[in-house]
Formats: sequence, structure tokens, C-alpha cells
Amino acid sequence: MRLAITGLQVSFGTRLVVDVAELHVGAAEIVGLAGESGSGKSMTTLAVLGLAHTVGATVRGSITLDGTELTGLSQRELREVRGRRIAAIFQSPATAFSPVFRVGSVVHRALRLHGMTSGEAAGAASRAMRQVLLSPRLLDRYPSQLSGGQLQRVAIAIALGLRAEVLLADEPTSALDVTVQAEVLEVLRELRERDGMSVLFISHDLAVVAELCDRVAVMRQGRIVEEGPAGAVLSAPQDPYTADLLAAVPVIRAEAGP
Amino acid sequence: MTAGATELGPPPLLDISDLAVRFGPVRAVDGVSLRLSPGPCGLGLVGESGSGKTTIGRAALRLVRTAGGTIRFAGTDVAGLRGKALQDFRRAAQIVFQDPDGVLDPRIRIGATLGEVLVAHRMAGRRAAAEQARALLAEVGLDPAFTARYPHQLSGGQRQRVSIARALSVRPRLLVLDEPTSALDVRAQAAILALIGRLRAQRSLAYLLITHNLAIVSELCEQTAVLYLGRVAESGPTGAVLGRPAHPYTVALRSAVPELGGTHRARLVLPGEPPDPARPPPGCVFHPRCPIAVDRCRAEVPVLRPVGPGRLAACHRAEEVLAGALPGAALLGGALPGGALPGGALPGATPSASPGPGPASTAEGSPPGWTAAAPPA
Repeated sequence: MRLAITGLQVSFGTRLVVDVAELHVGAAEIVGLAGESGSGKSMTTLAVLGLAHTVGATVRGSITLDGTELTGLSQRELREVRGRRIAAIFQSPATAFSPVFRVGSVVHRALRLHGMTSGEAAGAASRAMRQVLLSPRLLDRYPSQLSGGQLQRVAIAIALGLRAEVLLADEPTSALDVTVQAEVLEVLRELRERDGMSVLFISHDLAVVAELCDRVAVMRQGRIVEEGPAGAVLSAPQDPYTADLLAAVPVIRAEAGP
Repeated sequence: MTAGATELGPPPLLDISDLAVRFGPVRAVDGVSLRLSPGPCGLGLVGESGSGKTTIGRAALRLVRTAGGTIRFAGTDVAGLRGKALQDFRRAAQIVFQDPDGVLDPRIRIGATLGEVLVAHRMAGRRAAAEQARALLAEVGLDPAFTARYPHQLSGGQRQRVSIARALSVRPRLLVLDEPTSALDVRAQAAILALIGRLRAQRSLAYLLITHNLAIVSELCEQTAVLYLGRVAESGPTGAVLGRPAHPYTVALRSAVPELGGTHRARLVLPGEPPDPARPPPGCVFHPRCPIAVDRCRAEVPVLRPVGPGRLAACHRAEEVLAGALPGAALLGGALPGGALPGGALPGATPSASPGPGPASTAEGSPPGWTAAAPPA
């Protein structure tokens, strides 16, 4: 297992907000973590990134990357992992970029921080941009000059430039238009197929999960209520909560033409 | 309901004709005509960011300055309304926003917020208003005791119900619902959609439903207009428009929607990004991204014209699109019966999904335009 979460408990004081017995993501696998707001899916992401303490939460349990335990690492040791081996993208890509810097300088700095020379970083940035189907020329633009979908793809490009093995994608398309969402999902699929990247895809949208993910874990009130192959879970849910969520997804009703 | 609908039937409650709205150099809305019959009736405005759907909704309520065209409400041009007539219009046409927190003052109890509207429109005295506020909460499925609560004590879905109650309180004939469920979790969304379906029958409501979610219009709107860059790409009965689009943009939009059980489908992927509305391309505004654009599309603006019963499309090649000329069109049509509308929604259809020939290659050798975007400098 590339990323394995075992017995993870995240709490604020005495209040337990995440209680995950087991969740794992294999090599080149896309796993969906689905649930409503407040279910604990984003806190799980923060815990994996070693950032839960920044919001005042305490973390117990085990998180391993290729067998290496991540909990208990010092911030300095974590920095070797976070960003480089485990990258994250969030709902609003704009938060990953400063409005006063060209996006290229943000990408470049991230790559330099993780040990590349300036020349290596420039080359890696251009390659990564092509991998997310963007022109490297866009690196010269400011965030305001890119669309939300382009910006999200640049955020993914940073992860690629660093050759991240695991991508945590926390509602990465929820703020995007549907045609742009389709592009970003396509990029994620390609990364998995071409580069073997593993993705933990966090979303409240079961239709997106159904399209993208190999497996899905459904989360409710901090616990995983159901987990399995996405097709099986979403076509024949065993847990009533999963069934509830599925029943709530609006369906396009259309007339077939004559 | 939409322009070009038959002259039979009741006169429209809302009649938007050749509407234009400009923001500086940006033509946010450019020559849009729409009609909405008296309720119960829903007209969906769908499109992506920048399509002008929200601006049309606001213009219909006289909330933005128009640069051209007319908006008639129950036969009267709203631009000329003054004094009492304007106040009557303000009462009769209400709006529900995506974010209920923009409507609810965090320091004011729910009951006072609802009562204030009634008092402002002189529809109740203070005491009667408090009683009506309780009745309104019950009508939208909330505990009448919520009048004593503050907004932060309610969930997002509950706050949106209050926002709907506020809009309904003054007995409007027209509602503009602007992305009413986009900020909500899926179960809260389903509950709000069911509520709108119930209220439209009970209150005989007519509404403009603004959304980027095609499934929502298919549940709640008889008619739908698909907007692109401030113009109507096509319009007509919702089931027909979504089931058998006449405009390539609708095909693309429809095929981009992720659906449960729709994993491996043919998809029409649009190259590039929508153009800069301050500098729209010549000819058809959609042509730079259209997989079937021909020379005529680059030169001649397509007029919105009849392409079927109650249907209009602004595409030179609409007949070919209707005939299924585009990859991705074959997947359309999957449906289930029933819906939020009383008595079931529009008739269902048999799924006809089949693996098509894959994403469209762009026509006539033009390069796939992932990088073709030209954002404003």
C-alpha cells in the first residue's frame, strides 16, 4: 500500500471528529473519500499532511507512506514528505497562488524549495505544464489572468514537477464549471495511467466519484460507513447512509429524440 | 414561454425582449429574448460562469441597468415603473440567492427578518407579522419556533429555507431562483428541490431558475434556455433540449456532466476556454471551440431560429446536430421517471448510451486548443 491510514483519530479536545479504522490507497489507484460537510473528510486530509495541529487538533494512529510512518515525524522531516511525496490541491486553487506573483514564480519556488536548481526547476515546470495540458507560456501570467480550471491545473503541475507519489485532492473541482471539471478529471486520470500517481479524491459529489474513482470510502460523522469498489458501492450500497446520499443526487431527465 | 413559442396560451407573466446589459466594454447580455408563462411554471437558465444567466435574472427584477431591450411584467414595461407601481413590482417579483447568509442579518432573529419584509410592504402590522412568520416557517418545512433563533443556529439548508420563506412572504407571482442549492450538501439540495416543487404547485409560482446543474432544470423546469457568452444558444422544452440538443454547446455541456453509472462514455470535450466577452469573436461566438464550425460560422452570426416544436437554436448547423452529427450526442437520453414536480417530471426515456468514437477532434485541422485561451491582459 502506498498510503495506509490505520486507527486514525483526530480530535478537538475531547471531541472526536475523525475515527478511521482503515483507509488505504494503492499505487496508481484513485480512491474517493465521499461525505457531506462536517463528515471529517477534510480533517483526514489535514492529518495526512501533518497539518492538523495547525487548526488545534490532535492526531493519534498511524499514517504510512510506502511503509514509512509519518505521524511523529518532526516538522523538518515532514517537509521532506509533504509537498514533495504527498502533494495536495484544494477547492479554491487561487489560495495556492499569490495574486502579486506570476504563477511561474510560485511553481519555480516550490520546486527550488524541494532541492532543484534553478535550471532544473525551469525544465520541470515546463514539462509539468505540458502534462496538465497547458502551455508553459501560461507560467508568465498572473493568477488573475488564468481561469479557475487553468489555475487548478497549474496547482496539479506543482505536484507533478515534484514527482509526488500521492495527490490529496480535496474537492478540487467543486468550484469549477462542469466543462472545466471534465478537463481536470481527465488530467487526474492521465496522471494515474501515465505516471502511476495515487490519488485520494475527496468529494461530496458521488457522480464525480463514480466517474473517476476505483474505490470509494463513504464517510459520516468521522467514520467510514462503507468502503469498496466504486462501481459496487454506488450501484448496490450496503449502508443506508450511502443509499440516502445516492438517492439525493439529481438525475437528468431527458427525452430521447424521434 | 421562450420567444417564438406559440401565440396560443396565456399571455406571458414575464416577457424579456432583446435584452442587452453591458458592464463597461463587456456585453454581459446581448440580445436575449425569453418568455415565462404565469405559474405554475419554470424556465431554466443554464450556462457556465460568464454566460450571463445571473445578469438576466437581475435585469428581470430591474436590479441592473439595461443597455437595450424591454422587460415586461404582466404586460407592463418595468423600466417605466415609479412610486407605488414600482413598489408593487418589487413585491410581486422576488429573488432567492445562492448564499442565504447574504439575506439573513447575523444579529437579527429569524422571526424579525421575516416580519420586517411584511411590515416594509405594509402587508401586516408588527403583531400579525410575527404570526405570519411562524406560518411561513411551517410552510417551508421548518419548526415555527425557529423565529426565535439567530441565523448561525441553523444549518445551511435551513437558512436557505428561511430565505425562500422570506421571498414567499409577500406573495410574489415571480421568483428568480439564483443557484438556490449550489452551496448545499447533496441531501439538503434534494430537500430544497422537493420544497420548490411543492411550493410551485401550492403557490402557483412562476420562476426563473438559474443554475449550472442540468439535472436541476430537468426536475423543475418545463422550459430551458442554454446560454453562452450572454446569448441564447438554444431554448425549448427541457426534456427535448437535454435529450436531443440542437446546439453543439448543449451537447458538450450535457456530456461533461458526471452521472452515476455513466463511467465510460463518449464525451465531447471543448477545446480552450470561453472567449473574452469584451472582445467576442466574429460570427458565431461559439465557433472557436465548436468541433463542427465551418467558414460560415466564422463570418456570419447565427440567428436564433425555430428548429423543432417550441424549439429555437442559434446554430447554422442545428439540423445536423439534431440528427446526431456530434460524437457524444449518442450518449444522451438516459433518464428515470418521476421527479420533484407533482405528478412526476417530464417523461423519461430509454438510456441510449453507447461508446461513441471518443472525444471530438477539432474540425478542419485546427489544433486542439488547450492553450487557446486569451484571458484579458
